[in-house]
Amino acid sequence: MNEEKLRFIDEYRNKELLLKLIKKIKREIDNPIKIMEVCGTHTISISKFGIRKLLKGKVDLTSGPGCPVCVTPNEDIDWIIELCRKFKEKICLTVFGDIMRVPGSNSSLFIEKAKGADIRVVYSPIEAIEIAKKRKDLKIVFFGIGFETTAPSIAISLIEAKKNKMENFYLYSAHKLIPPALDALLSLGEIKLNGFILPGHVSTIIGSNPYKPILKKHGLAGVITGFEPLDIIQALLILNELIKNKIYDVKIQYSRSVKPEGNEKAKKIMNNVFKECNSIWRGLGEIPNSGLELREEYNDMNAKLHFDINIPPKYENPACKCGEVLRGIIYPFECPLFAKACTPNSPIGPCMVSSEGACAAWYTYEDWRKYKEMIKNE
Amino acid sequence: MSDIENIIKLAHGGGGKLTLQLIKEIFLPAFRNSILEKLEDSARINFYGKNIAFTIDAYTVNPIFFPGGDIGKLAITGTINDLAMQGGIIDPLISAAFIIEEGFEIENLEKIVKSMKEECLKNNVKIVAGDTKVVEKGLADKIYIITAGVSFIPEKVDLGVHRIKEGDAIIVSGTIGDHGAAILSTRYDFKLSNSLISDCASLKDLVKSLLENNIEIHCLRDPTRGGLGTVLNEIALKTNFGIIIDESKIPIKNDVRALCEILGIDPLYLACEGRIVCFTSWEEKENALSIIKENPLGENAMLIGRVTSKFSNRVVMKTTLGVKRIVSMFLGENLPRIC
Repeated sequence: MNEEKLRFIDEYRNKELLLKLIKKIKREIDNPIKIMEVCGTHTISISKFGIRKLLKGKVDLTSGPGCPVCVTPNEDIDWIIELCRKFKEKICLTVFGDIMRVPGSNSSLFIEKAKGADIRVVYSPIEAIEIAKKRKDLKIVFFGIGFETTAPSIAISLIEAKKNKMENFYLYSAHKLIPPALDALLSLGEIKLNGFILPGHVSTIIGSNPYKPILKKHGLAGVITGFEPLDIIQALLILNELIKNKIYDVKIQYSRSVKPEGNEKAKKIMNNVFKECNSIWRGLGEIPNSGLELREEYNDMNAKLHFDINIPPKYENPACKCGEVLRGIIYPFECPLFAKACTPNSPIGPCMVSSEGACAAWYTYEDWRKYKEMIKNE
Repeated sequence: MSDIENIIKLAHGGGGKLTLQLIKEIFLPAFRNSILEKLEDSARINFYGKNIAFTIDAYTVNPIFFPGGDIGKLAITGTINDLAMQGGIIDPLISAAFIIEEGFEIENLEKIVKSMKEECLKNNVKIVAGDTKVVEKGLADKIYIITAGVSFIPEKVDLGVHRIKEGDAIIVSGTIGDHGAAILSTRYDFKLSNSLISDCASLKDLVKSLLENNIEIHCLRDPTRGGLGTVLNEIALKTNFGIIIDESKIPIKNDVRALCEILGIDPLYLACEGRIVCFTSWEEKENALSIIKENPLGENAMLIGRVTSKFSNRVVMKTTLGVKRIVSMFLGENLPRIC
């Protein structure tokens, strides 16, 4: 791989251009704006590249429910943990890495793995299929979490498993859909925003159209954005224009990947395998039609139907404020546990666990002590 | 959550914060002595009037064969490097123990032993003692190698965290994260390019040339597990100084950067197996850099930062965009992101 192939990274981190645009933002934004980003990768970029610091006083950036690990509620994690315990030695659980450390009510997948459960981290569900092909003596369960971004590839793995008449592959679907969550969040009326930085990867699949009615309904602007510093800064400039002119619509900054109609093929595959269902979100509760469940044709691969699992009522540390962080009501450092009982080393809530969680991003990259002091003095 | 902190997890062996916690809370209280508590890459011991470096390491890498090396080469170079970081470059001797899983192919064992032999010959090092154990299938993952090493330290050589001073220059001898990236790309079967190759190599000659040229070296570190980010944090914690590094100066291969971008992993925390982090006086930085660059392993060496009295106990990075940010200690597990 040569320099050429990294141009999409390097060009979007051009310091001179970036500083020029920062100056422009500072000139053009008269009244500070509050913007929410709804994607964990944006959260990391904003913190890692110091964008919050560069725009202090002009743009207040807050994180929303955009990290799939963070919004997965204890109920799902408890179910999966109980599955590992009850069917130990009979099943092999395959998961995306990030979910391993998230504590459920009384354990985490890392703990269960350390205690002997067969849990394997995979990068793609296709890897899980490969394991299922090789290990016919085991039932392979894939813990499907993620948004519209991961759902199509997981759908393909199920189509592949069906085509190969595999009898030992199951999916536990905890997939979530972003637009209904945004609507639910705004309907709570807890947070006053000027606009959204909308997720690039999710929007590559669904396009820009599904956001339109929600933004219109709540009188907000949105820009679908890439993940590099220049993407984010440019999106903020576009957002400011929309906000100033009271245009409650969605614009695509990330046009190198996103089309208004999205990816028709991926959507079709996703819809052939999944159907919408109600879903519980950490911090937001149950949101109608905000999840994805397997269609009836895939009942024989639906882990929820195949395995008889009962879980006790969930437990959540009452002091953990991940719910409020996910709704953008508080900054991570305002949680009483932040950097005290809850650190990336010994996380209590998922927002500190996930590498894309808001608390982990603040703890790892931001000068949170200064912000804490500032808020105290206000 | 009662048992979350009461059980060993993979991350406890990852070389980051949790490993340090185990050492500080379990091992050090039990075994504490003035040599061990320095927690250097190898122990410096005065043995009947002579200064020697003494080390032990266990190798459990998965996969056992990877681009640029295998578990055998890694065990020999890793032991030589741990000794070299203390200046232990005279006549190193190694002992090696093998824990082999029942069913392991003899052919693969031969391959591993051959690469150990080659590495020993290349470095003029002997394996003088050994042990072999075979365990039942499932009780080990293919093969583990444990190596101990011992070597003389030249007279007047004194390296270690205790010698680091405010203003010291920090040089890294080459691109970072090559080994970690080669392992991850093999493990996740990413065929990005053919240049994701481990940097696995012996650093003895490089250290020798620094010492022979009388460069004022204060401390050397071998950024293996936990990578550059963790080594710098360990030093910042031990010295009470802070460390400031410049992101634009850190040498990283484009292919390693690309893999890290895809997986959402920070190259600062990827292991190196053939790189030195060198702390030298600010005045000596150019000399040190030119000597390192003369060695084929050091051609991409860079001055990446300095030790400062600001940011006590912390590592701060000036990003390419001109903003300063904290570099935290590695947690212990490189997990790819979901999307």
